[in-house]
Amino acid sequence: MRKIINPADLESFRQSCIKDMSREETWVAVCCGTGCSASGAHQVVSSFKEALQEKNIDGKITTRVTGCHGFCEQGPLVVVHPGNYLYCQVTPDDVEEIIEKTIIQKKAVERLQYTDPVSKEKVVVEDQVPFYYNQHRLLMRNSGIIDPTSIKDYLAISGYRALSMVLQEKSPLEVIEEIKASGLRGRGGAGFPTGLKWESCYNAPDNTRYVICNADEGDPGCFQDRSILEGNPHSVLEGMIIGAYAVSAEKGYIYVRNEYPLAVKNFSTALEQAREYGLLGENILGSGFSFDVKINRGGGAFVCGESSALIASIEGKAGEPRDKYIHATEKGLWDKPTVLNNVKTWASVPYIINNGADWYAQIGTEKSKGTMVFSLTGNVNNTGLVEVPMGITLRKLVFDIGGGIPEGKNIKAVQTGGPSGGCIPEKLLDLPLDYEKLTEAGSMMGSGGMIVMDESTCMVDVARYFLSFTQEESCGKCTPCREGGKQMLAILNNIMEGKGQENDLDMLEEIAQAMKEGSLCALGGMAPNPVLTTLKYFHQEYLDHIRDEKCPAKVCRNLIKYFINQEVCTGCGRCLKACPVDAVEGTKDEPHIIHQEKCTKCGACLEVCRYEAISVE
Amino acid sequence: MAVIFINDREFQTEEEVTLLELARQKGIEIPALCHHQALSPYGACRLCTVEVCKEDKSRLVTSCTYPVREEGISVYTDSPRVKQLRRVIVKLLLARCPQVKLIQDLAEEMGLEGSPFPLHDQEECILCGLCVRVCSEVIGKNAVSFSYRGAGRKVSTPFNEPSEECVGCTACAFVCPTGAIKVEDSDETRYMEFWNTKIPLRRCKECGITYTPENTPEYILGKLELPKNLLDLCEKCRRKAVAESLSNYDVTSRSVIIKK
Amino acid sequence: MLEELDKVDEIIEKYIHDEAPYVPLLHDINSEFRYLPKEALKRVSQRLEVPLSHLFNLATFYKCFSLEPRGENEVQVCMGTACHVKGSPRILERICHKLQVNPGETTEDQKFTLETVNCVGACALGPLVIINDKYEGRLSYKKIDKLLEGYHEENNKSS
Repeated sequence: MRKIINPADLESFRQSCIKDMSREETWVAVCCGTGCSASGAHQVVSSFKEALQEKNIDGKITTRVTGCHGFCEQGPLVVVHPGNYLYCQVTPDDVEEIIEKTIIQKKAVERLQYTDPVSKEKVVVEDQVPFYYNQHRLLMRNSGIIDPTSIKDYLAISGYRALSMVLQEKSPLEVIEEIKASGLRGRGGAGFPTGLKWESCYNAPDNTRYVICNADEGDPGCFQDRSILEGNPHSVLEGMIIGAYAVSAEKGYIYVRNEYPLAVKNFSTALEQAREYGLLGENILGSGFSFDVKINRGGGAFVCGESSALIASIEGKAGEPRDKYIHATEKGLWDKPTVLNNVKTWASVPYIINNGADWYAQIGTEKSKGTMVFSLTGNVNNTGLVEVPMGITLRKLVFDIGGGIPEGKNIKAVQTGGPSGGCIPEKLLDLPLDYEKLTEAGSMMGSGGMIVMDESTCMVDVARYFLSFTQEESCGKCTPCREGGKQMLAILNNIMEGKGQENDLDMLEEIAQAMKEGSLCALGGMAPNPVLTTLKYFHQEYLDHIRDEKCPAKVCRNLIKYFINQEVCTGCGRCLKACPVDAVEGTKDEPHIIHQEKCTKCGACLEVCRYEAISVE
Repeated sequence: MAVIFINDREFQTEEEVTLLELARQKGIEIPALCHHQALSPYGACRLCTVEVCKEDKSRLVTSCTYPVREEGISVYTDSPRVKQLRRVIVKLLLARCPQVKLIQDLAEEMGLEGSPFPLHDQEECILCGLCVRVCSEVIGKNAVSFSYRGAGRKVSTPFNEPSEECVGCTACAFVCPTGAIKVEDSDETRYMEFWNTKIPLRRCKECGITYTPENTPEYILGKLELPKNLLDLCEKCRRKAVAESLSNYDVTSRSVIIKK
Repeated sequence: MLEELDKVDEIIEKYIHDEAPYVPLLHDINSEFRYLPKEALKRVSQRLEVPLSHLFNLATFYKCFSLEPRGENEVQVCMGTACHVKGSPRILERICHKLQVNPGETTEDQKFTLETVNCVGACALGPLVIINDKYEGRLSYKKIDKLLEGYHEENNKSS
């Protein structure tokens, strides 16, 4: 370990890192992102290490723990290089075979390969899997290749080259111009042009300035920021250092969600390493520029993803937003000019500097440049993280990359933008994904959440889900959000219980409008979006609940009943055993019945029945 | 200096003044519940929302937190958009506090008869936070704060227990717009149910009547640098001494006494 | 309590020079004691000269903090959107029924604390719970019953 003192020194050290990495003839990348880890990836890593050691080839073959590869549905994922052999749902028992066949004989282990659900064909190479080849992986690409805890790995893939170049060749204003020219917009959701934000901070009359990375990724169903922090923390840090140089900040903060322990750990490691090597701290690379970063853990409050609430939280207060008629770039943290950007925004910066603004501006649409990382989840075959150029259609995303809807069901809607976004119906699936188009449709880009909903989803239930989320997470400061959300939730509950009235829908609209116009911050202002979009696109479903007291998707409990089909039931007794409230009655080997007055509609009987004898009406 | 328009009338004003301050200076009425001229603006009740137009763009802002910065903006304090928002806010507050006179009056002014919304509470507090701010910013005791969040938000003492900090000055009750904070003085004690706090009262050494909470005088004395013998006087005798002493008190900087 | 206050002092010492370190400091106290003891907050208030009301505000605002002692095992049910459309509300209900507590509560025997969490970002595995930092995904009623029984048995063994 040594301090790198200048750009030339960095380049020569980089050469040794590249040499180290290329010495490995064969190596195994095991995805250890949160999804794969939860499915047992670490046991797979240990098995590889042990088995390689036993065979005495662990000197030549490296097992590398990498960040998230994105294809979470199929985890734990293992990729053998060279050759890019992709193996899915690997268990420790598979390791021996992978070593024997792929590493020693250079042949594929067919049974572990990905099978395309459409063509039913096996896919050998990682890049050929439809999930991957339809993507444009920029921010996510290196997560599957490098060890996120090794700064040498990052240096070997051109890490900190952008920083070095900026410090040597560019003035702060030139950096700002470059970012402006790239067309990069804030990836946290609102889409404000990043270069302009930096510029107004640069122009603010104060000598102390701050940069902040917003890693308080709170949207349910979103995990791309976490994956980038876990899988490639140095890319975010490098972006922050460049941004700090551009606005002359000496101190930066990263505010990470407390629910993301691995992200905190990996980013801390990145900070320590960067300091050790002289890429962070005093006089970076001999340039005279000094900058350091501190980690702040969130406290479990979604509202802290809002910039002024996040700043309040760093200042040691409760995360209450304030009116932002004066921007953070003028009066932010401790009332000093502050640039606050999302993880993906910061991570984009080194790529823009390395490849040039023109190159970046070619990707995407006229107003939305570059790539966007989406968390594709819900009722979709390929749950995972996908990175695509802006402007791709929802349909392509859900069907080509996402592999369509499981169990042959039909798609009903896609919810984008998290709790602040809206539900986009099937008929609008050809919508190109960019900031403006999503907003026009009543939704928003948000942090990149994308939840696919099939026909078994009740849209009133979805609206209520998001509203109860924003209610729970509201800080409670302003009247429209606190009181309005509460009343809207009560109205939706009534509708779901069959107690709705037709003027309820007008009331929902009225309160929603007041929340949009009158709330203090975006959490309250956007909270009605899920209700408004479902009201707009799924109006009939609301009416079905109100007029006919029916839930067409058979989700709302007060509007459904469970029955046992007497013709089909064999009287096996499984449902009787499973029922938590003793609502099922019957003699062994004779058809059972459900006592409706006792039934809580939990669905336990349906889950255990082997004869499809239970129906919901 | 900037020239702006409020309800189509032209005003010249210094920059950084808030729209609410300016409007009130000029005698233009804007309703507000969480604002007090002696306290920092907070922007919570949203009732003081006005419409700000520049060229062909318009947006709603809260006048208590919006600083005048842009030349030539047109502000409308009573536009249809503003009125509609205020109506819904009042309906929401009325559902929360149907018994509070202030809210009833606001509703009546708007021609509302009760709140149409499904949930009805019996709260008296509208969570404007004036009590929290006065205790912190003016009194300097921070005896109370907000607690919890969202629909469960409250103002309370720590752990809802009798306050160890409270000096019983009742500034909180004074600024409370709804009368939620009630002060009951009995023979020996001052009781504030809202804060679950009882403060013993002190007797005048001259005439023997109870006249002030036990800890208040020392605290105020220290804060305002008042004459020490003040504590031994009853209300009448005290008033004279305080008036003499406070004639040099700088109200805007609050804690500073300008000595002769 | 004396010994515990020593521990609190130790934690305070780490932050004594930081500007407004209250949230990280409360994090440390909360993980040390598995909740925020009242005496600890009072100590922080005195030592850092910060109003107790301010600490109470933070302690009740942020969901990570608890003012009640927590159970030995923490069960967190993910209520993220992906888990929701895959049936997490029913899983939560099952767990409530099994443990006889509501979310946010601790079982009488102090063995389990049940919490909900809004997305842990392991959406491919939904519906899922995290029991003492261990992810258990693709849950069904059966799997949940088995899991909880497993923890019960383990607890009985160790006690």
